[in-house]
Amino acid sequence: MENVKGYIAARVAMELKDGNVVNLGIGLPTMVVNYLPEGVRIILHAENGIVGSGPKPAPGMESTYFVDAGGQPASVVLGGACIDSATSFGIIRGGHVDATVLGALEVDEEGNLANWIIPGKMVPGMGGAMDLVTGAKKVIIAMEHTNKGVPKILKKCRLPLTAPKVVDLIVTEMGVIQVTDKGLELIEYNPEFTIEQIQAATEATLIIPRDVKERWATDIPALSARKSFL
Amino acid sequence: MAKIITVDEAAEHIKDGMSVMVGGFMGCGNPLAVVDALVRRGSKDLTIICNDAAWPGFGVAKLITNGQVKKLIATHVGLNKEVGQKMNSGELEVDLIPQGTFAERIRCGGNGMGGFLTPTGLGTMVAEGKQVINTNGRDYLLELPLRADAALIVGYKVDRNGNVWYKGNSRTFNVVMATAADLVIVEADNIVELGDIEPENVVTQGIFIDYIADPSRGWRNA
Repeated sequence: MENVKGYIAARVAMELKDGNVVNLGIGLPTMVVNYLPEGVRIILHAENGIVGSGPKPAPGMESTYFVDAGGQPASVVLGGACIDSATSFGIIRGGHVDATVLGALEVDEEGNLANWIIPGKMVPGMGGAMDLVTGAKKVIIAMEHTNKGVPKILKKCRLPLTAPKVVDLIVTEMGVIQVTDKGLELIEYNPEFTIEQIQAATEATLIIPRDVKERWATDIPALSARKSFL
Repeated sequence: MAKIITVDEAAEHIKDGMSVMVGGFMGCGNPLAVVDALVRRGSKDLTIICNDAAWPGFGVAKLITNGQVKKLIATHVGLNKEVGQKMNSGELEVDLIPQGTFAERIRCGGNGMGGFLTPTGLGTMVAEGKQVINTNGRDYLLELPLRADAALIVGYKVDRNGNVWYKGNSRTFNVVMATAADLVIVEADNIVELGDIEPENVVTQGIFIDYIADPSRGWRNA
């Protein structure tokens, strides 16, 4: 399918409610703000000290005093605030962030998440991820369903965990998976794929409810009518 | 009262083997001029405590490239490939700490606290060797305070008493680090008169500051 990342970001955006305080990870999750449904305004929390992050500044308007968590130029919306790191993580651990959207290396059927280290290969560090998934009220994983065909949604994570039992929802180009006490439930799928194809791309056994919804890309208004940021 | 010195005089205070906190996040809020002076001075075997390693050729990354760092205590080093390479080759010891725990351990270090309880890291590698304490029916990890021999921070406006105001989101770890080291040096983007920062807007109070490093007094980019 085309625009895989757009589909995922736009579908995640539908989970956010007006007024939510949201922290978005680097990469795909950042795209979520481009697809917020009509009438939904969120307050973006950046762990490096902004409550109310704004759009990427226009060329020539960048300041070395305003950067995002990836070190790129950032801005603060009118009515936003700057805070120090201890306060920022107090907001996170204290349950004041409604939702966090992150990528994953692996997720499993218990909602365990691994996204900070591949021992001996890649050691980026956890940054704020461990605090975010522990403290945020809702943890949404936004990622491509597989790593070039290799399943990332597993029976049991093999990489060191970022945190156990924290994931609420997994959104991929193939569908939306809810983490439940019984396992992973495919609550919605993209009919560009069959349910058999989705199961084949998933190591964990998916629970398929009778009323599993179909969601074509054309069913996501924000995806066709792309609006400007915020 | 804090004394105004040059960035090279500031670097003179950082001796071989010291532990040094460096404020900021991905270069924003990093005391770049003092770090450059420290590269020129060449102090060795440093333990650097900084959120990240920025990227090669910038900020604390220069100290790592220059072989001055024995150990790095950080939360995220993914944007500096050199750190990964030196870590894998055993040239550099790296301790990775969850970012909220990093901030709070430093806050405890500066605030006379014996540690704090956090749910972050439970059930992960971070919990290895740490005490788990249950309060009100929930498990927490006991995390201990973090202090350093010196802290290098940066402020946009610094008055002659050492009171600091930070611009944008450059305050990050500067605020807690200013409280948690035996020697604290603030690099001043601008040195202002007393009263130019309204008392209500002082973020880091001058009582924490030992020296104000003034880059306008001969900062050469290293």
